[in-house]
Amino acid sequence: MPAPPAPVGTTMKSFKDAEHLFRLAAVFLAGFILFLVVRSLLVPRSFGRYGHYRANAIGEIAARPISYAGHQACENCHSDIVDVKSKGVHKTVNCESCHGPQAKHVDDPGSVTPAKLDTMALCPRCHQANIAKPKAFPQVDAADHSGGAACNTCHQPHSPVITSAGGVQ
Amino acid sequence: MNITRRQLLILLPAAVVAWDYILAGTPEASPNYNMDEHWWGMLIDLTKCIGCGSCVRACQLENQVPDGYFRTWVERYHAADWQEEYPQVDSPDGGKNGFPPAKESGGKNFFVPKLCNHCAESPCTQVCPVGATFVTPDGVVLVDQTYCLGCRYCVQACPYGCRFINPATLTANKCTLCYHRITKGLTTACCENCPTGTRQLANLKDPNDPVYEFIRTHSVQVLKPQMATRSKCFYYGLDGSVR
Repeated sequence: MPAPPAPVGTTMKSFKDAEHLFRLAAVFLAGFILFLVVRSLLVPRSFGRYGHYRANAIGEIAARPISYAGHQACENCHSDIVDVKSKGVHKTVNCESCHGPQAKHVDDPGSVTPAKLDTMALCPRCHQANIAKPKAFPQVDAADHSGGAACNTCHQPHSPVITSAGGVQ
Repeated sequence: MNITRRQLLILLPAAVVAWDYILAGTPEASPNYNMDEHWWGMLIDLTKCIGCGSCVRACQLENQVPDGYFRTWVERYHAADWQEEYPQVDSPDGGKNGFPPAKESGGKNFFVPKLCNHCAESPCTQVCPVGATFVTPDGVVLVDQTYCLGCRYCVQACPYGCRFINPATLTANKCTLCYHRITKGLTTACCENCPTGTRQLANLKDPNDPVYEFIRTHSVQVLKPQMATRSKCFYYGLDGSVR
């Protein structure tokens, strides 16, 4: 089948009727510029500073308050206990491991005071015998070991080695 | 209220300045902390762990982790000599209140504390569709709670099961390596409260850090090395049966 003959003067005519295309392009361009403007307003300034995330989130997370003050804070005031503890086997145990979070006490030592502790509840947390514990770690069956007496009857928690003969029956 | 053209022209720049201030957000919280000097990791010496659960309790109190969810937890392994490939693992309430007596004796028995491994090539940050989770320049994997959609992609992507959806906020939640503490010169809550020194924070950019020195000079292993996540939680005395 032979191709139909090309109409004469099509180039000029189609160019003349292209106004709707220019309008469409203008609408797209306006839309794109609007997108760029809105995007620059909505995306946080710090987004992308270090990577594909909001860099200010790092500072916000770092600004959260602490609950555990850290043993350095305790040692500033309680140097007498630090002296006892540093000579005993509990030197690796930090204060708040037993005494609980004390950041509020550090902030206001006068009105916020740590609670008294129950050694019968605390000591077995670590020293209750369990087959999975390292063999060298001192372990007892708490109920059997003391016959119901509180642990601190014989052992002083800050340095638990029994030094006086009167401590043991 | 009528606004003249003159008033509008004065008000517009003021609005721009205010909007700019909102976009700039909060300033850095720790002015003395330099991210470039740190690359955080952790050493976990399994030969010392007694499974007391102090780390789990400390983490929950420090970070307000809801009950039944864990940013760190302790597992107890029991591997009889003929079933190395199939260890029995238990972790009652994340090991928060210690462990009951073992049902079976013999074989190998030990504790393994777990937490986010703060991988340098973390699979969880790679799948986030909105840039809500990321590795900071000092090597800590964090979640931007205001950006997170709660889509759970990252929860599935973590090979170590270290993420969860916080039921209160419905956003992804995980260990921050106590970023609010380590940027203030403190150690993490779990390291602070570990009574035996099992867990120790390491700055892998500080050649004088004794913990980093230990990692450099001892046989340490990471969990699931075949995942190529470049985990930064180094375990000393890790048994082959640990998953």
